[in-house]
Amino acid sequence: MSVSMVTGGSYLESLLQGQPQLPPSSLAWLNQLRAHAVDRVSALKVPTTRDEEWRFTDISPLAKLSFQPVHAESSLRIADVEHFYIEEAAIRLVFVDGAYAPELSKQSNGIEHAGLIVTNLPSAAAVHATAIEPHLGRHAVFEDNVFAALNTAFLHDGALIIAQRNAAVEKPVHLLFIATQKETASHPRCLLIAESGSAVTVIEDYVSLQKEAYVTNTVTEIALADNAQVNHIRIQRDSTEAFHIANCAVSLGRASRYRSVSVALGARISRFNLNALLAAEGVECTIDGLALITGRQLADTHTCIDHAKPHGTSWQSHKCIVDGAAHAVFNGKIVVRPGAQRTDSSQSSRNLLLNAKARVDTKPQLEIFADDVKCAHGATVGQLDNEEVFYLKSRGLSELTARNLLTYAFGAEIIDRISVASLKHRLEQTVLEQTQRN
Amino acid sequence: MIYQDSKTLLDVQGLRATVNGIEILKGIDLTIRSGEVHAIMGTNGSGKSTFAKVLAGHNAYQVTGGSVTFEGNNLFDLEPEERARAGVFLAFQYPIEIPGVANSHFLRLAYNTVQAQRGREELDPLEFEDFVREKMKLLEMNPDFLDRGVNEGFSGGEKKRNEILQMALLEPRLAILDETDSGLDIDALRIVTSGVNHLASKDNAIVLVTHYQRLLNYIVPDYVHVMESGRIIKTGGKELALDLEMRGYDWVGAERRAAAGA
Repeated sequence: MSVSMVTGGSYLESLLQGQPQLPPSSLAWLNQLRAHAVDRVSALKVPTTRDEEWRFTDISPLAKLSFQPVHAESSLRIADVEHFYIEEAAIRLVFVDGAYAPELSKQSNGIEHAGLIVTNLPSAAAVHATAIEPHLGRHAVFEDNVFAALNTAFLHDGALIIAQRNAAVEKPVHLLFIATQKETASHPRCLLIAESGSAVTVIEDYVSLQKEAYVTNTVTEIALADNAQVNHIRIQRDSTEAFHIANCAVSLGRASRYRSVSVALGARISRFNLNALLAAEGVECTIDGLALITGRQLADTHTCIDHAKPHGTSWQSHKCIVDGAAHAVFNGKIVVRPGAQRTDSSQSSRNLLLNAKARVDTKPQLEIFADDVKCAHGATVGQLDNEEVFYLKSRGLSELTARNLLTYAFGAEIIDRISVASLKHRLEQTVLEQTQRN
Repeated sequence: MIYQDSKTLLDVQGLRATVNGIEILKGIDLTIRSGEVHAIMGTNGSGKSTFAKVLAGHNAYQVTGGSVTFEGNNLFDLEPEERARAGVFLAFQYPIEIPGVANSHFLRLAYNTVQAQRGREELDPLEFEDFVREKMKLLEMNPDFLDRGVNEGFSGGEKKRNEILQMALLEPRLAILDETDSGLDIDALRIVTSGVNHLASKDNAIVLVTHYQRLLNYIVPDYVHVMESGRIIKTGGKELALDLEMRGYDWVGAERRAAAGA
């Protein structure tokens, strides 16, 4: 028996035991889904660097954590957490260590808000069962993904958003996940159903009120029906001792438009899997990402943009700014399936290393099985461009000011794509604080 | 314009420079006094742009010989940013795009840096906004350009206007315009050159690095210099540019070789 199996097994056991026993749901399919997920957890192992998908990301430190059950009751008051609030958000769901906290949230359960349903899963499961069943656990495949399986095994609480047919929701929905207890694991779950012709902006936001180790293991499923538009902003600002594992699966219907900006700032080790399936014709998909890390942090982003049908467009720009002895990983897979003609896809991975000990592994991965397609990709790793530095110096800026400005700009280019002004401004400040040298 | 008793701004003597060990400038002599407009012409590869970048201090070029004095001081004692603050300005042939930094922020940063150096008052964002909008009128620029990333997605002509806007803000003593006419349509050329003419005074000097005579219909030079193989091989008045336009560059080199052989 290999070492990884021993640590993997005990780790999964401790995780399973660390969760309170779930009451069975009234929905038979949900109970089946969970039971199947438990089976998969038992059959799977924690991946090691010998697994191709985890080649650069050693998560063995995760297995050394001991886990305690989460205290069910949170004593947080609004004053403790309101600095995380986003002023533009009309609706906010707050989860504390994975559990829905209605007293910190903004809205009444189940109330429809101009064609928008935003609620936590248990209170909605029965009422909206027919809407949920085709989607929950169907997009985020967990057969071979132990973390998605774990999340699904514990599937109970979570956020549900349904943008009803033709509902155009201007103000963003804020999903705020707050970690407060050390050595615990939480399994946040989000399901966003954008019905045909709807438009909605969702901010998925992971924050911490403590500095010690914990595990956040999220699964987000997003389904866009025909002509739906989803603007998805994902901010991971966990504690720098935390482990953050995330699986996000997006299914895109005919002529739908998905725009995503994900920003990774926190966590000792983070892994973000984003799978977008262009399941029908004429889809437009924009996926941008920024990892801004330092110290001993590791931020791993794996994306897969799967062009299954013709006339799909995807643009992807992923950037990493790596300081200290931190390590960023990007694996960007683009699949163009047979018959997905007239696919237009572009991917760029740009990486800035601010320290000799910083490291980036970036890998574009194109799998093209159609002949009438346009797929451009490019990757750069390095320091600031000499011509850019010279341009700024020729305008009177000192070497240091020029470098600081360019480093800031490198990150701000992605932040600028966030459509929520106050959040954008806050993140610009974060980028500024983390990139400036004296 | 040539003024009596004007001060020498720039004095270049026997300037030699290399890039990656290859000598590009092979002994340039040039004196520029305040108030003057000089055009440096020549074929591609003659060393015009290299000369411009060496004066601005680009670190890809090594100065291997000669001297350059700017307002009495050794130019090579100054870093590029110090040259800019001292009043040397290079308008780039290919201005750099900096997405993520608003043009207004960049312009104000540059303006305030140079103002501080000159012991003048810096402007806060609101004051600067008013100030820069006035300057933009000169170049018929839409104020929207302030909110966009620096040169981000600008057309060729818009980038060149943004360069001259920077010249207007920084008020250099010596402005070197590297191929400012390239990529401009006739309207943009008229706007950009009228901006430059507006900024020209008896206290500053302008060096136009250009391939074509066309630009010189709009900004009339006092001197025209022809570069070939890293040297200035002929200097004349504005009529020399017309000769070059009609006859090309070959005859200048031939004339010089004939003179050397004679």
